[in-house]
Amino acid sequence: MSNAPLLTVERLSYHYPGSDHPVFADLDFSVADGEFVAIVGGSGVGKSTLLRNIAGLIPPSSGNIALSPARNRGSRDRGFVFQDTRLLPWRRIASNIEYGLAGLDLSRAERRERVDEVLELTAMTPYRDRWPHSISGGQAQRIGLARALAVHPRLLLMDEPFSAVDALTRRRLQDELLAIWRRLGMAVLFVTHDIDEALYLADRIQVMRGSPAAIVRDECIELERPRDRSDTSFAALTHEIADSL
Amino acid sequence: MAESAETRRRRAEKRAGARRIGLGLLGLAIFIGIWKAAYVFNWAPRGTLPDPFEIPAALVREWRSGHLLPAIGSSLIHYVWGLGAGTAAGFLVGLLAASSRAFDDLHYMLARVLRPIPPLAWVVFAIAWFHVSHAGAAFVISIGVFWVNYFATAAGVANVDPRYYELARAFGHGGFISRVLTITLPGAAPGILSGMRTGVGQAWMTLIAAELLGVPGMGQQMNSAAGVGAYDAVVVYMLAISLIYSISDGLFALVEKQVLRWRP
Repeated sequence: MSNAPLLTVERLSYHYPGSDHPVFADLDFSVADGEFVAIVGGSGVGKSTLLRNIAGLIPPSSGNIALSPARNRGSRDRGFVFQDTRLLPWRRIASNIEYGLAGLDLSRAERRERVDEVLELTAMTPYRDRWPHSISGGQAQRIGLARALAVHPRLLLMDEPFSAVDALTRRRLQDELLAIWRRLGMAVLFVTHDIDEALYLADRIQVMRGSPAAIVRDECIELERPRDRSDTSFAALTHEIADSL
Repeated sequence: MAESAETRRRRAEKRAGARRIGLGLLGLAIFIGIWKAAYVFNWAPRGTLPDPFEIPAALVREWRSGHLLPAIGSSLIHYVWGLGAGTAAGFLVGLLAASSRAFDDLHYMLARVLRPIPPLAWVVFAIAWFHVSHAGAAFVISIGVFWVNYFATAAGVANVDPRYYELARAFGHGGFISRVLTITLPGAAPGILSGMRTGVGQAWMTLIAAELLGVPGMGQQMNSAAGVGAYDAVVVYMLAISLIYSISDGLFALVEKQVLRWRP
């Protein structure tokens, strides 16, 4: 991993408007360029809110978020993958992917190239002219990923993206995500409540817990890839992290 | 196996469709039969109910007299202008009301005062301001259409899933214009279009009533025909209205289907 962090979060706190009690307080962490970091925590602990603070969708109550700028005018610093896919039903698949490209310094041909590229990456090329209602949940999630990848983000923010699909599809999507990550090399900040998923995917796991929530554990995962869920050290780490939740 | 199930399903569908058309025609025939009986046995006051079998002849007579087509043309002028103006204004005001809090606050009391006033109550002012003219009739029509579109657009916009706005912000469409064009309008399109379609029908209702008061058109023709006891001519105009409404509604349905083709 490179030296200067891509993302630095300092003393970050958030409380809902009108509430005194913070959801989380004084969070400090960083993500290096190209690093895959998972944030694990129970539901309601504020993982998604944290991710939205970093995405710029919700302003934090206090603290700093520093993020390296986009590489060039044809890309964005961040890409976001939603839990509920959030494809626009009135746009065809290709047009959904193109949605984030408006406003970037790209010609028509370049935009088309981007769409083709990420359709290829997610193995969704045959679906480019379909309407969102006509594809499955797993396919919709692939398009959500493709839409975020199309902007060539340096940091990919993923909000429990695989939690709504069946177990088999989830595993396949996890493997596909890892292959894409290895190929493109962007950093990933992945929020999940699934320890197994975090352990399978991430270089580093941060555990969020408490009220206000804090990062109670920051664990580098040294297991070799591809990781084997039936491996004893994988199981041991799963238990260890579960205990800290 | 799957194919035979498919063909069976198709055949069943075809049969149901044929049955529906058959029963529909039967329903029409029953209605005409009752009408004919009412005519023969004088159920209505003498001379006020035309013979249904004489209607085609009355149609030919109206056509030959040169009244029918100019009346339809004149009504269509009122219709198109009234519908167009009412739709555009209702859409814009509805959109503003649902997307700007300040505008909503500013107009809600006024809307509450004006809304219950029936479009036809404005006929008095239409005559005072526009005299007996196309503009006056179009004005009255536009009022009813305005309210239909106003409420449909405001509700359609208010019901757009707010999660899509978050998506817009995350992908560089946070600006007002971009947000309206990429999220608000397509998201509210089903509601807006169904309001517009209701307006297409509503405009006919007020049109005839507005013309009964003297602006040239089908309504006026009906009134003068009734004045000389030519009730068969009245029915001709009623059927003309029905036909034109069906055509305009059908055309609009095609547009609606095309715009909303993304829906399952």
